Amino acid sequence: MTILVIAEHDNKALAAATLNTVAAAAKIGGDIHVLVAGQGAGAVAEAAAKIAGVSKVLNADNAAYAHQLPENVAPLVAELGKGYSHILAAATSNGKNILPRVAAALDVDQISEIISVESADTFKRPIYAGNAIATVQSNAAVKVITVRSTGFDPVAAEGGSAAVEAVAAAHDAGISSFVGEELAKSDRPELTAAKIVVSGGRGMQNGDNFKHLYALADKLGAAVGASRAAVDAGFVPNDMQVGQTGKIVAPQLYIAVGISGAIQHLAGMKDSKVIVAINKDEEAPIFQVADYGLVADLFEAIPELEQLV
Amino acid sequence: MKVMAAVKRVVDYNVKVRVRADGSGVDLANVKMAMNPFCEIAVEEAVRLKEQGIASEVVVVSVGSPGAQEQLRTALALGADRAILVETDDALGSLAVAKLLKAVVDKEQPQLVILGKQAIDSDNNQTGQMLAALSGYAQGTFASYVEIREDKVTVAREIDGGAQTVSLKLPAIVTTDLRLNEPRYASLPNIMKAKKKPLEVLTPGALGICTDSTNKTVNVEAPAARSPGIKVKSVAELVEKLKNEAKVI
Repeated sequence: MTILVIAEHDNKALAAATLNTVAAAAKIGGDIHVLVAGQGAGAVAEAAAKIAGVSKVLNADNAAYAHQLPENVAPLVAELGKGYSHILAAATSNGKNILPRVAAALDVDQISEIISVESADTFKRPIYAGNAIATVQSNAAVKVITVRSTGFDPVAAEGGSAAVEAVAAAHDAGISSFVGEELAKSDRPELTAAKIVVSGGRGMQNGDNFKHLYALADKLGAAVGASRAAVDAGFVPNDMQVGQTGKIVAPQLYIAVGISGAIQHLAGMKDSKVIVAINKDEEAPIFQVADYGLVADLFEAIPELEQLV
Repeated sequence: MKVMAAVKRVVDYNVKVRVRADGSGVDLANVKMAMNPFCEIAVEEAVRLKEQGIASEVVVVSVGSPGAQEQLRTALALGADRAILVETDDALGSLAVAKLLKAVVDKEQPQLVILGKQAIDSDNNQTGQMLAALSGYAQGTFASYVEIREDKVTVAREIDGGAQTVSLKLPAIVTTDLRLNEPRYASLPNIMKAKKKPLEVLTPGALGICTDSTNKTVNVEAPAARSPGIKVKSVAELVEKLKNEAKVI
């Protein structure tokens, strides 16, 4: 069995989610190869070669792969993937964009967002916004799978010494082009990788009030998240959204501030180790999943909390 | 140009589902069903394209049980011109649905197909991408903005770090994210009118599509329950518990 892991990267650095995906591959067992598809991503390929447990890195360097457009990258992965038993990618917006296109090209069904490996062909994944866990078995010749990062502890980024091999295959479908991107800038830890996450909801009342959460987060070294209500109301940008349709997080500590706790929000954070809820409505559903609940006005509680930690 | 929107009948998003004790799935008997929220956004976008004079006709399509006619009628009441149901009682995988939609796309030849980014029951997030692969069309997934100019569609996409804009050659596939638009409600007169709009029923057999899946669900269980928490009385007590009991700060 040989497993192909698609590296998550921005042509400059390897994203941490790749380490969780390699961890899932290691649980399946067998040789692990990593594909870096991009342009001028030599540093990424070198970083991938150092990941513990990786035996080979395939570096597909081509202008057509620069922005990892699925129309160009998916045929590459499908072509390379035919010789593998499994193709794995992180369930990031990139992985979700590309991998189903690969699966269809290989005429197999994909298994999305696995949270555990039961055996080489059987996996667990959440359905219905995390309210049920399905065990899915695949009889596909090539098993195409996306991996939920929070389900697997990352493997060590150092310690491996895989060979890097250049891949010449060029696929340019010529039907799509990259126009531009606008990335939110933040000095805080990345939401999906942070040990502590502080999230605000509609109860924050406006975007300006998020400064209280930023102050608390900076003191804790935490990332700041938000509920859909806070994003829809324009308080914060949408890449901060935690939930079924946003990011899935599982930090050591999740502090939900002014968040009622709708099913769709819980889907994104209920695997956190410790959940704290601060809400003035003691009937709010968030208290049903919170380890520690504080019924209080957040505008008094948050500054006090910031003082005390 | 012709625009197609795909809709799925799913359990209403407010329902807290229960897992059957025998592990065979979730209990959907007597549970409120509705149009998948992302599909509502897809229909709304298609109807807006018609109102802007860009789309000449909006066709809605669903793959599912006879009950899905209800969701197709809803889409017709929201402004779609006609509906197609590919009727099957089997629970199909995303690849089978994509193959059936591809057969309908071949028949109807729309310039743009809009789907939701994921269905809130299976949470797969696959069908749009698979349909794009099978048709050889470009894909604009997780769209928060769509603009059509001549033979191209510009799509702003929600990605992990922010937003990305791509330009796709038509015909193309777009999947909707939550912030693409605010779906409208169907008015009573439009609900009445929708009853007279055409609704064609096809079957996978008639389309010549094999719906076998390489995946099999062997068990469905409830997620591990969290142990009940406690309410603290003050911020000081909270900090003390987090430091000494949970040891997380």
